[in-house]
Amino acid sequence: MIDDITFIAQISIKSSVAVLLATIGEIITERGGVLNLGVEGMMLVGALAGFAAGFASQNASVAIAAGMLAGGLLSLVHAFFTIKLHSNQVLCGLALTILGTGLANFLGRPLIGAAGIRIRPVQLPYLSDIPVLGDIFFYQSPFAYGAYILVPLAWYILFKTRTGLILRAVGEDAASADAAGINVALTRTLCIFTGGLFAGLAGTYLSLSYTPGWKETMTGGQGWIAIAMVIFCTWNPLRAFFGALLFGGLTALQFFFQAASIDIIPSYILKMMPYLLTIGVLVIVTTSSKRHKSASPADLGVPFIREQ
Amino acid sequence: MIRVEKRTQLPKHHHLIAALIAFVIAFSSGCIIFLCLGVNPLTAYLAMFKGVFGSFHSFSEVLVKATPLTFTGLAVAVAAMMMLWNIGAEGQLVWGGIFAAGTALYLLPSAPVSLLIPMIIAASACGGMMWALIPGILKARFNVNEILTTLLLNYVAIIYMEHLFYGPWRDPAGFGFPGTAQIPEAAHLVRFVGTRIHLGFPLALICALLLFFLLNKSVWGYQIRVIGSEVRAARYAGFNVTRQTLTVMALSGALAGMAGMAEVCGIHYRLQTGLAVGYGYDGIIVAWLAQLNPLAVPFTAVLLGALFVGGEQLQTVLGLPSTISLILEAALLFGLFGGQAMIKYKIALASPTEQSQPAPHNNGKMS
Repeated sequence: MIDDITFIAQISIKSSVAVLLATIGEIITERGGVLNLGVEGMMLVGALAGFAAGFASQNASVAIAAGMLAGGLLSLVHAFFTIKLHSNQVLCGLALTILGTGLANFLGRPLIGAAGIRIRPVQLPYLSDIPVLGDIFFYQSPFAYGAYILVPLAWYILFKTRTGLILRAVGEDAASADAAGINVALTRTLCIFTGGLFAGLAGTYLSLSYTPGWKETMTGGQGWIAIAMVIFCTWNPLRAFFGALLFGGLTALQFFFQAASIDIIPSYILKMMPYLLTIGVLVIVTTSSKRHKSASPADLGVPFIREQ
Repeated sequence: MIRVEKRTQLPKHHHLIAALIAFVIAFSSGCIIFLCLGVNPLTAYLAMFKGVFGSFHSFSEVLVKATPLTFTGLAVAVAAMMMLWNIGAEGQLVWGGIFAAGTALYLLPSAPVSLLIPMIIAASACGGMMWALIPGILKARFNVNEILTTLLLNYVAIIYMEHLFYGPWRDPAGFGFPGTAQIPEAAHLVRFVGTRIHLGFPLALICALLLFFLLNKSVWGYQIRVIGSEVRAARYAGFNVTRQTLTVMALSGALAGMAGMAEVCGIHYRLQTGLAVGYGYDGIIVAWLAQLNPLAVPFTAVLLGALFVGGEQLQTVLGLPSTISLILEAALLFGLFGGQAMIKYKIALASPTEQSQPAPHNNGKMS
């Protein structure tokens, strides 16, 4: 029994890492006042670039760097069109997802089925000796450890540093921030780029660690779930951890039911659960919480055009 | 540095100009991609052109592809007129297909053509409508973000369809092949002059025409357009935004559902994996390239259809992956943004000295 619970918890964490990383990235982007719906596309491109670089170099660091950079570069397309040309952010994000999917499909064709490198779970010394919790939290992929650090770090930077203050000011009231001498366009570009790096990292986790290999459908909507989780966690990185765990938990239950061949719930219902639950969470957050309205960056999605 | 200034007056025919610029930008991006692949762009484009216009049959295939694209394009466009984002046309298409196949296979398997075809069309519209009303109600009642709900429901719809044709609806005589049995012949949409163009195509054109008149000549359409451009003014004028959200989503879903019917009853003759191949997402590009004008939607659908058929030709003639058409598709949309920006703003290359002085930094004190 306790083994089962440990197993489910461990898989839950494992399944939540990609959503968590992508959510953190999107929080930073949206806190800066830009909506980027291209997360799914950036994740796919990151997954492919990470896998391809790992395949070519056999070096994990090169692979991770390539995956992040690919996500970041793709996000700059969004930055150019939304910030420089004031294009519609929703439509541009959708176009970015289509572009990312197209690029990944096109460039990844020769790599389908190739055996690249794997980044395996690592047992952290001392910490993994803690009973139960050690196995759950500290017998994970290095990406998970990265996420453990990045979540509080993102929170700290956003809410406790001057950089975070500037970033949030741009997202809340770009005109005032501009009047205060902040370079709105540059700040927003950097926010988008950071979001891209995170999405790329999330994708790299999928193709190197979670389900090693390259498949065109490997993100399976996790990028979209991440965008929904941003709303769920009211743009706060610390809460993102719980949002992602909710998603990971359902995925883990699906594995567990399949592995134990328990069919109380048909498998197609279980497969639908993460998506249905995400919708449910969106409904609850939008209806019940007054916090939701005040938490959303006021200038989210509003292009900044300086009157001259 | 690139400098952007707002134009005071929009040029005449600015919609058409934007679309043309989009086309030019996509065309040039394609040239760059082909050059990167070491293929002469001229050879590649010629192969695509021949693949599309080379024969009567090849062009008929373009119209075959344009059929579902017109439906999904209209679905996205009508919602977008009211600033509703229906990213769920894919899922609504799937439900339209499920309802169409269900009607033909289980509900009215032995009905005559004259009854069966109208019933199937109505059923598919209902299927799509039902699926679109879920996010519609959530939006109208609780103001839940429809971009995410419509999109997430696509995955749910596809999982359910797969469950059906892998499970209860699987063809018992199908040797384990995933898919339902073939629908009865009475449910096949009539095909024209030896091609695969079927009744769905004229039906899609009629829908485009009807939608145009509905949007431009009816009170309902007027309300939709006012709500889309200025929701507060619409509320002040006493328009029922909640109700119109529901009617628009219902209509949008019905149109997308008919795309599924067209594919099932016009092409595949059964429910199978080939149904959800992304026409719902392509509809977004069709709609915006047409700049939400229902009468322009069939044309942009044909353009996109030509891109797909041409892309397949690249694969057979030059051995390039046909998915290159996906990239060109995205390039069209980004090209449109570029075109719209060029129309709205004067974009000039300026030296940094010409730029206005940045505001002085005031040590981070923010009011």
